[in-house]
Amino acid sequence: MDSTIFLFLLQDGIINGAVYALVAIATVLVFAVTRVILVPQGEFVAFTALTIAALENGKMPSTPWLLLALGVLAAASELVRHFRELNLRRVAWIVLFDLALPVALLLLTRTLAPMKLGQLTNILLAIALITPMGPMIYRIAFEPIAHSSVLVLLMAAFGVHFSLTGLGLLFFGPEGSGTAPLSQASFSLGDLVVTGQSVAVLIVTAVLLVLFALFFGRTLLGKALRACSSNRIGARLVGIPTSAAGQIAFALAAGLGAISGVLVGPLMTVFYDSGFLIGLKAFVAAILGGLVSYPLTVLAALGVGFAEALFSFWASNFKEVLVFTLIIPVLAWRSVYAPHAEETE
Amino acid sequence: MTVSRAMIPGVCALAILILPFTGLLPEYWITLFNYIGISSLVAIGLVLLTGVGGMTSFGQAAFVGFGAYTSAVLTLNFGLSPWLTLPASLVVTMVVAGLIGAITVRLSGHYLPLGTIAWGIAFFYLFGNIDWLGAHDGLSGIPPLRIGTHALTNPRDYFVVVWVAVVLAVIATQNLLGGRVGRAIRALRRSTRAGEAFGVNTAAAKLMVFVYAAMLAGLAGWLYAHFQRSVSPGPFGIGTGTEYLLMAVLGGAGRVYGAILGAAGITFLRDELQNFLPWLIGNTGNYEAIAFGAVLVLILQTASNGLWPILFGPPPAPTPPKPRDDKRSPERALPAPGTALLQVQQARKAFGGLVAVNDVDFEVQSGRIVGLIGPNGAGKSTTFNLITGVLPLSAGQIRFEGHALRAQTPQRAAALGLGRTFQHVEIVADMSVIENVALGAHLLGAAGPLRAIFGLDRSEEALLFADARRQLERVGLADVAFRPAGTLALGQLRLVEVARALCLNPVLLLLDEPAAGLRVGEKKALARLLREVRSEGISVLLVEHDMDFVMSLADTLVVLDFGTKIAEGVPASIRQDPVVLEAYLGGVS
Repeated sequence: MDSTIFLFLLQDGIINGAVYALVAIATVLVFAVTRVILVPQGEFVAFTALTIAALENGKMPSTPWLLLALGVLAAASELVRHFRELNLRRVAWIVLFDLALPVALLLLTRTLAPMKLGQLTNILLAIALITPMGPMIYRIAFEPIAHSSVLVLLMAAFGVHFSLTGLGLLFFGPEGSGTAPLSQASFSLGDLVVTGQSVAVLIVTAVLLVLFALFFGRTLLGKALRACSSNRIGARLVGIPTSAAGQIAFALAAGLGAISGVLVGPLMTVFYDSGFLIGLKAFVAAILGGLVSYPLTVLAALGVGFAEALFSFWASNFKEVLVFTLIIPVLAWRSVYAPHAEETE
Repeated sequence: MTVSRAMIPGVCALAILILPFTGLLPEYWITLFNYIGISSLVAIGLVLLTGVGGMTSFGQAAFVGFGAYTSAVLTLNFGLSPWLTLPASLVVTMVVAGLIGAITVRLSGHYLPLGTIAWGIAFFYLFGNIDWLGAHDGLSGIPPLRIGTHALTNPRDYFVVVWVAVVLAVIATQNLLGGRVGRAIRALRRSTRAGEAFGVNTAAAKLMVFVYAAMLAGLAGWLYAHFQRSVSPGPFGIGTGTEYLLMAVLGGAGRVYGAILGAAGITFLRDELQNFLPWLIGNTGNYEAIAFGAVLVLILQTASNGLWPILFGPPPAPTPPKPRDDKRSPERALPAPGTALLQVQQARKAFGGLVAVNDVDFEVQSGRIVGLIGPNGAGKSTTFNLITGVLPLSAGQIRFEGHALRAQTPQRAAALGLGRTFQHVEIVADMSVIENVALGAHLLGAAGPLRAIFGLDRSEEALLFADARRQLERVGLADVAFRPAGTLALGQLRLVEVARALCLNPVLLLLDEPAAGLRVGEKKALARLLREVRSEGISVLLVEHDMDFVMSLADTLVVLDFGTKIAEGVPASIRQDPVVLEAYLGGVS
């Protein structure tokens, strides 16, 4: 391997790693606040890319219908579960968020899609369509079992992943698609050709990571979320509504997933089920970061991206095998040096 | 009750041999039942692994793959008979599971299921990328099973093979769970501390369960390969692995028959969805995943204990074997009364900067009751944990029967005859009281998993249960012996712990606040029991807050305060000791 190839692999790895970092940060955030290991995180990524691809072709994407379906489900499950404690405000909120918002977005998409308004509109619309899915999924699947063990939540997350993948096939079909690059520019650094797309990925990721740090370090809401993550009961006692915290965490996760989808769309052909592997690799990074530390997670995500690039150069067939085997020694190491108490049920 | 339960295997055997040939079931259903049987084997393994042992595995499908591929390669490339590849499949799965398990079972908390996801995915890609395994296309043309010249290609023939395997697996698993090792496994999920305190080697027990579950999956893989007659990586991925887990959870994790119910439920559901959804949606695709995920979430939300307990109620009480005569386990030779049994010398334990036990010295002579008292946070329980090997010493030493205890572990403490109880009761709530007590006799037995599986451990079990019953009678709980331990009051549970510690046949009893939560009558009975135990030559080290109880009982008292010994002597002098009074009441000067 000469230095050109190495630099190329490094660039490739860093770009993939940057995307994994965003997804991994979302995984860590959701786990910290709700203890849910969000297996379906990758679905947000894939669905966003597919939505943008449809919009670029001037076609009406199926995403608003998926959003509406989730909204109806969320409204129904909430109405059934909290039938006795419903009041006007709550019903109004349900109608507004679960039904009116998806319908409005549906009409908006219908109007905008044939007009081909350009990349920025497509991206914003896709993010707006995907982000509300997060809190909806939280309310449908996880809120009723919010106090269960991590294992029960993990199994539920797998259930959600299965359902979402099936819905993805139903709504988006089996064909894969890619999206237009964010920037056509490219320049060379010595032997290395750097594309505008890679620079865009790095800039977006870096900006988001800084925003994230500011949000958790400086704002009251960010601090409240951190409080939920370190001690749920304590957070409740000081008046932080943990359910709302869960929904916010899921909204942020879906939003971060959507942005990752925007970044990943031009890099690869995305299928309805591509999210799983992206999510899992991010997840490897999240675990390397111990599911708690954001900076460690970002480093780990870059590491995973680079390892993947190297493995695909040396043994491309065994890329996935090696990436996932990588996790086991890390888990063993963490079990010895950061064991957590036995969870009691 | 016992008659009808004894008849179950016979009825099953008859049904398996006759049912497929009656013509009552169309071939389609027979095939479905074959798949249910194959999945049941994997799910039974998962019930043991997850429901009983507390280790959630998403990766069982990979072991099915090892079983299937082993047989496929050996029959196709080496022309071996499928009957010969059965042991090969089992051995390969055993070896692979042993290697993976050695790491996996040491993962703590949710790292363990995450680990199983990781290797589950890795093996899926491995199967799909190895050329001599046929890569993504897999291997086809696998020969069928043969009896003589008759090939078992008809699903009706195969039905017999599959369900004989399931019945054997159920019997083996029930036997395993009912035995000495089974009790240790059942203790893993609820209380590893209790198991270890009575000599259970947690890591070994976990690994044993892991390998057993994997071998059932390997057997399922072998059956699958010769029924399907082709293998490809698809059914051995993480999706199928999760489906197996779903079967175990749906049936009722922890219930062996539930695994079959769960396997049947999921297989039927998938089949119906595959027929129904294309009709509903209009085109074909893998849409059953949608309903599948929804069902999983709904089960977890509404019936996280699974269907079997809802349909058939709680598990029946165990029927321990009765000893033929009043044979007893051999008694331990106790040291002569008055010799130094346990010597704590300059024992020190520091957690970072906090010195919890500060150079403490005391001695327990054999045949004596020594009380260890002190205000909250004095270091009493830490001292206990140092003696029993739960925590390592920072400095100093502890000698037992004259030998220094080096690298003390709870298991070694149990082997030396240190029987303990816990400040916060460590009881396996979903196991009967008598089985909890019999866990104390773990080291008195020797039967391993194989003897249990083949039912050769009955006479030893009879002895252990006789011991357990005798100790339960001593603490006055013989009438609740077959109740689930979780239904007892706290005071009763403390007595169960005392009985369990006595079951170890101890030299020294270490009791951590045994009287807390006991009523006055129960306290008197406990005091009487401990005096009786002392008269038999067993020594007692007692942490207790109830001063009347401990003063009336103990021969000597050791008083700790802030980790330091402040007094030692007979109860009457301790009662007058100004330093002790100050520690308990604050300045009385």
